[in-house]
Amino acid sequence: MQQQATDTVDRSHMTVSDEVAIQITKMNKWYGNFHVLRDIDLTVHRGERIVIAGPSGSGKSTMIRCINRLEEHQAGQIVVDGTELGSDLKNIDKIRSEVGMVFQHFNLFPHLTILENCTLAPIWVRKVPKKEAEATAMHFLEKVKIPEQAHKYPGQLSGGQQQRVAIARSLCMKPRIMLFDEPTSALDPEMIKEVLDTMVSLAEEGMTMLCVTHEMGFAQAVANRVIFMDAGQIVEQNEPKAFFNNPQHERTKLFLSQILGH
Amino acid sequence: MSDTHAQTVAYVRETMVEQKEPPLSQSGAYKWIHENMFSTPLNVILTVVSLFVIWTVLSHVLPWAVMGIWDADSLAQCREIRDQLYGADASVACWAVISERWNQLLFGFYPPELYWRPVLAFVLFLAAIAPVLFASVPRKMLWFSAAAPFVLYWLLWGGSLWGPIAVAAGFALGAVVMRFAAPALGALAGVLLAILVPLLYWFLISGPLAGALNAVIPLELVNVRSNDMGGFMLAMIIGVSGIALSLPLGIVLALGRQSDLFIINKCSVFFIEVIRGVPLIVWLFTASLLLNYFLPPGTNFDLMLRVIIMVTLFSSAYIAEVVRGGLAALPKGQYEAADALGLDYWKSMRLIILPQALKISIPGIVNTFIGLFKDTTLVVFIGLLDPIGLSNAIRASTDWNGIYWELFVFIGLCFFIFCFSMGRYSLFLEKKLRREHR
Ligand SMILES: Nc1ncnc2c1ncn2[C@@H]1O[C@H](COP(=O)(O)OP(=O)(O)O)[C@@H](O)[C@H]1O
Ligand SMILES: [Mg+2]
Repeated sequence: MQQQATDTVDRSHMTVSDEVAIQITKMNKWYGNFHVLRDIDLTVHRGERIVIAGPSGSGKSTMIRCINRLEEHQAGQIVVDGTELGSDLKNIDKIRSEVGMVFQHFNLFPHLTILENCTLAPIWVRKVPKKEAEATAMHFLEKVKIPEQAHKYPGQLSGGQQQRVAIARSLCMKPRIMLFDEPTSALDPEMIKEVLDTMVSLAEEGMTMLCVTHEMGFAQAVANRVIFMDAGQIVEQNEPKAFFNNPQHERTKLFLSQILGH
Repeated sequence: MSDTHAQTVAYVRETMVEQKEPPLSQSGAYKWIHENMFSTPLNVILTVVSLFVIWTVLSHVLPWAVMGIWDADSLAQCREIRDQLYGADASVACWAVISERWNQLLFGFYPPELYWRPVLAFVLFLAAIAPVLFASVPRKMLWFSAAAPFVLYWLLWGGSLWGPIAVAAGFALGAVVMRFAAPALGALAGVLLAILVPLLYWFLISGPLAGALNAVIPLELVNVRSNDMGGFMLAMIIGVSGIALSLPLGIVLALGRQSDLFIINKCSVFFIEVIRGVPLIVWLFTASLLLNYFLPPGTNFDLMLRVIIMVTLFSSAYIAEVVRGGLAALPKGQYEAADALGLDYWKSMRLIILPQALKISIPGIVNTFIGLFKDTTLVVFIGLLDPIGLSNAIRASTDWNGIYWELFVFIGLCFFIFCFSMGRYSLFLEKKLRREHR
């Protein structure tokens, strides 16, 4: 359905470098007795656009939330931009300010205007002067095509607009990596495109992205790698063409037939 | 309509016809009364009974209040005047007790030649809370609000101005330590140091420092002891201090109760449950009697100060629970978004979580404040002369022996005005915030 929107992707800046952005080795996580993530190994190079798919409850959200420590892993190692995620709070804050995250339910701050939403973290975390932060915020709001809403409150915007603001808010921190957790699944169909377009243009600029999404059109157009997760494991990963046309595992085939079937 | 049809319809009326008043049976007061008071037989009966009750009460109270006597020196004189004017069996109020004891009801036994000080303090107090209550007042005024507690203390109790200034300097010292030590030592060590340094300063340095400064430049007012304060002034001092101090303390307790840190969490829970689970009057007796046993003999720890501390602790436990409700009502996504942006705990609380949680909690917070303000009347049981205590004293005097209602009506009315305004302010704030955020 959304495939047409992403046909004309400009790939000139989508270059994957050798530099490692995220290195996950043998990562395990439990909720009580429940083993959510099992031996996750994943290396993400700078400039990669990775789409993560898998059935509901397979641990996709948990995995990407471990990358910025919204969830704590219990075994294994996560290194982001050369900094290891441990119990050291300084490291966590450093990583969080360099990794942007976009949530399914936007999570904008309803008591602040759009502009304040975008300038808050740069001002208080990065200590950017207010004027400069506002200029940056307006720049990114223009990029997501809603500068005219800058002085409204989130409650006055549509879902698609709110999600674009959420993306702009993350970008204002000048992150080197962006995480997306089902950014379009809470949106009405007619708003999905505007958000995907924003994500495509981000990919076109060479941003390192990890997207949990079921928008397979987006995956085919933008991703350089698709990861399939099931029951807390990475079952299969491949470049999009091979992944969709020639899935190796039964579980992948089943999942793809369910999601693309009708 | 007429715009769109002007080209297609042959005849269009050029001028609007005046709208007619709806018929009498459908309009205004008549319709309202009919619908709301006489719509069904049951409704008719209820209306009639209610009107009768209201009339009965008013027909007794209104003449009593309106015909009341304002000018007399004692109850006996009041009765004489009444006999002359209305006859011996008329029931009229003797408001004269209020006009005659006006100053006492307001100030207690504050020295009359110094009345200007509490009056000035009250005016300054109004100026100081204005910027806190209303966003339209210039923000710079908040500096005055911050300084006000120290100035007000000086005005009310007198003594050297250097005392409050030296105490205030402790807070500034804490802020400076926080500003420069926290980045170097990390948040927790910074906070601890920012608490420890001022405490040391207050215990060791601030007293001698104030004395020395006063010796160089004396800025002194005549001392007034707490025992001499009473009436509404006392209720205001206890109530306002309690309110101003219990809000921050309550917020800290609420955060403590939410904290993952075991010790802090358990301490907060223990404190809240213990304070809440025991009647205020017990805490007040504790303040007035028991503390004397624990404090070293000879220390004369001001009773009013002890009461303020107890009232503050008591209402902070309630505030904590109200704020906890607000914190729990926030979606988890707000915490996560703040974390994901790299805001540390204190910043995310201050900038994201608390503004929203407090907004939700406004009705509960103001409710607690109203309760606190009315509960200040309990101090009468430990011998402080709040308005109720004074009314007892007045009724015990030979001049006014036998008078009841007038004093209680007056005191009740004053408390009602205070509490009602707080309630109205809460509504105003809720409406304003709702308008702003949607
Ligand atoms: N806080 C939690 N406590 C216990 N179980 C959880 C918690 N969060 C998630 N889970 C469980 O972990 C599994 C993976 O969840 P999640 O990562 O959200 O899956 P996905 O995003 O792939 O749908 C699910 O079975 C879910 O029920
Ligand atoms: Mg999920």
